Amino acid sequence: MKEEFIISAYSENHIGLLNRITIIFTRRKVNIESLTVSESALRGISKFTIVVSEERSRVENIVKQIEKQVDVLKAYFHRNDEMIFQEIALYKVPTQALMESDLIERIVRQHNARILEITKDYTVIEKTGHKEETQELFEGLNRFGVLQFIRSGRVAITRSANERLSEFLAERDALLASIEMKSN
Amino acid sequence: MTAPSKEFMEMKQEAIQMTGAEAVIRSLLEEGVETIFGYPGGAIMPVYDALYDFKEQVRHILTRHEQGVVHAAQGYARVTGKVGVCFATSGPGATNLITGIADAMIDSTPLVCITGQVASPLLGTDAFQESDVVGISMPVTKWNYQITTPEEIPTAIAQAFYIAHSGRPGPVLLDLTKDAQFGKFDFSYKCCEKIRSYVPEFPLDKENLKNAAGLIDGAKKPFLLFGQGVILSGAERELQEFIEKAGIPAAGTLLGLSALDSDHKLHTGMLGMHGNYGPNIKTNECDVLIAVGMRFDDRVTGDVKRYARQAKVIHLEIDPSEIDKIIKADVAVLGDAKKSLRMLTRLVKKQEHKEWVNEFHQAAGIEMEKVIQRDLFPAKAGLTMGEVVRMASELTNNHSVVVADVGQNQMAAARYSKFTQTRSHISSGGLGTMGFGLPAAIGAKIGAPDREVVAFVGDGGLQMTIQELGTIAQEHLPVKVVVLNNHFLGMVRQWQQLFFEHRYSFTEMVNPDFVKIAEGFGIPGKQVTTRQELQVAMKEMIGHPGPYLLDVLVEKEDNIFPMVPSGASVSDILLSAEE
Repeated sequence: MKEEFIISAYSENHIGLLNRITIIFTRRKVNIESLTVSESALRGISKFTIVVSEERSRVENIVKQIEKQVDVLKAYFHRNDEMIFQEIALYKVPTQALMESDLIERIVRQHNARILEITKDYTVIEKTGHKEETQELFEGLNRFGVLQFIRSGRVAITRSANERLSEFLAERDALLASIEMKSN
Repeated sequence: MTAPSKEFMEMKQEAIQMTGAEAVIRSLLEEGVETIFGYPGGAIMPVYDALYDFKEQVRHILTRHEQGVVHAAQGYARVTGKVGVCFATSGPGATNLITGIADAMIDSTPLVCITGQVASPLLGTDAFQESDVVGISMPVTKWNYQITTPEEIPTAIAQAFYIAHSGRPGPVLLDLTKDAQFGKFDFSYKCCEKIRSYVPEFPLDKENLKNAAGLIDGAKKPFLLFGQGVILSGAERELQEFIEKAGIPAAGTLLGLSALDSDHKLHTGMLGMHGNYGPNIKTNECDVLIAVGMRFDDRVTGDVKRYARQAKVIHLEIDPSEIDKIIKADVAVLGDAKKSLRMLTRLVKKQEHKEWVNEFHQAAGIEMEKVIQRDLFPAKAGLTMGEVVRMASELTNNHSVVVADVGQNQMAAARYSKFTQTRSHISSGGLGTMGFGLPAAIGAKIGAPDREVVAFVGDGGLQMTIQELGTIAQEHLPVKVVVLNNHFLGMVRQWQQLFFEHRYSFTEMVNPDFVKIAEGFGIPGKQVTTRQELQVAMKEMIGHPGPYLLDVLVEKEDNIFPMVPSGASVSDILLSAEE
């Protein structure tokens, strides 16, 4: 049975690695629902957040194959309820519609969204939340004609207390040192 | 001679100014490289120019095609355990390597391929002979990297070698722009010892080894499958000691062959689609299945839903991504096979499973009667592939390195060769690359010059890389090439016969005179059609000091049996077409 999973991977910030990772999904014909890559808390280490809808066993295999990449430090996967996650959405509406009634303003308040920029021609609204929430706001605003709409990939953080990368790196150093000792 | 002085050592450590191209060669020498397989071209000419000054230190083999480069390097790596090194130019040179790189990836063969690339300002502009080889090779390399400055060369090469040979080995590609080859810099070299994002192997998994030992001690019908992981970790002796102590019958995968002496009393044969009868049916009768350094390829498992369901599965494996990929393990032991097996031998009780082992002997008896007799002592006049292979094996006292191409010839070579030492069987397993055999035999002979190297190739596969006879001639390599010639793409024809109602769609071949072709390259040869001729010619071939091509006209429409039909269970293995 397919369900939604959030895959997180920490890697070295190397050129081409994004390609190496997406190939693993392509090969198995798994669609990526959303993808976010950016620098993590540690300089030089990137974090990938990838959302897929797939069978658990296939996700397990994919995550192992991601972690197998030489430049990947660690990869995990979680169900949605194991993580706190958000997406950001930007909406461009005609300023005229905003002027003509206070409805747009009320929708913005109801959705805990905020106005980023107002010009003569357009107004840009920002909303952070889950996909259903940003979608709901889109539908609310679209009655007035949304000129442009964009939603980001997901960012996510675990509910478990510890996910300290620096500690992980210290453990990794110890692991690598232990292997060296054994092979010598 | 006195030890070098401290000053001298410091001087040696000191950086020396040189071009990137020279740094490539010096880095390879630092890694102990003695042989390079390559083919020059525009974008890698600076490296070739640098190589000209190192002709005494390193041997370069010029093949006739880049596919030959990479398969030869694979043969070399497989027979020696060292990293195979390839040079090719940009564009078509690099893309011609890809098949062999993919082959090395799926068969865990350590390679470092260095490709030339257009100068960095031209990258992405569709310059002459530019191809995005980093992008193209990404899915089929363990790691790859594009070098655009000379300063990166030593580190990139050091990492490439470390990654290629450590852990589960695999191919690495370095793409080297022309300006990085020309540029000058201060060279110094340090071998790579670790990479923080890469765990080549996990430490000994003691807890799971204990669990595994518990299962093995309690088993009535344990069965062990060994793959190439045993050879790659040098665990041949550990494997033998383990099965002898625990009294466990064992069978090899195609790539695991030669890890255990063929005549060892617990060696029950080969697994897989055309493997032996006993190992296949017993997989579905054992109670504990111990898989060592193998990955449950679909050619081994048949239908996974009907594979060893009754058994507890123990999987000893170095690559975490192989655990539970195909067959779920009850006990998974991550780590190097040699270390794990050594520990496991200590943990298990000494046992014998005489009756169980005897069941394998009985199965072998059935196969002997229904298949092997017919292959080795045919009643018909026509020659079988099996008898040709067995004759070559016997005439070389089962000591030769057997290189096989792909198809019926490959299965006959695997089934009827006997192996008395490790790293003696070289074939394209995972990718099944026709054309692999001849160039791989070149690499094998260079890697094992003191051993007899016999290549079995079909008439189809031979014609895919036949130009490499030129390499054999130029390098005076005493490779023995046996063509198992049935004027068909035999394995495809076999499937057409069995599963496509004898519709032989484009599998029959009109072949050239291979002996004349070999003669053209200055390689002696003979064509044989009868048993009497075969015996004489085979002896002549083995006794001949140089290369030799023996074109054996075998039965046109013979089949390889036993056979697990595609998608069937290993229990449903067929012993003949009539079944």
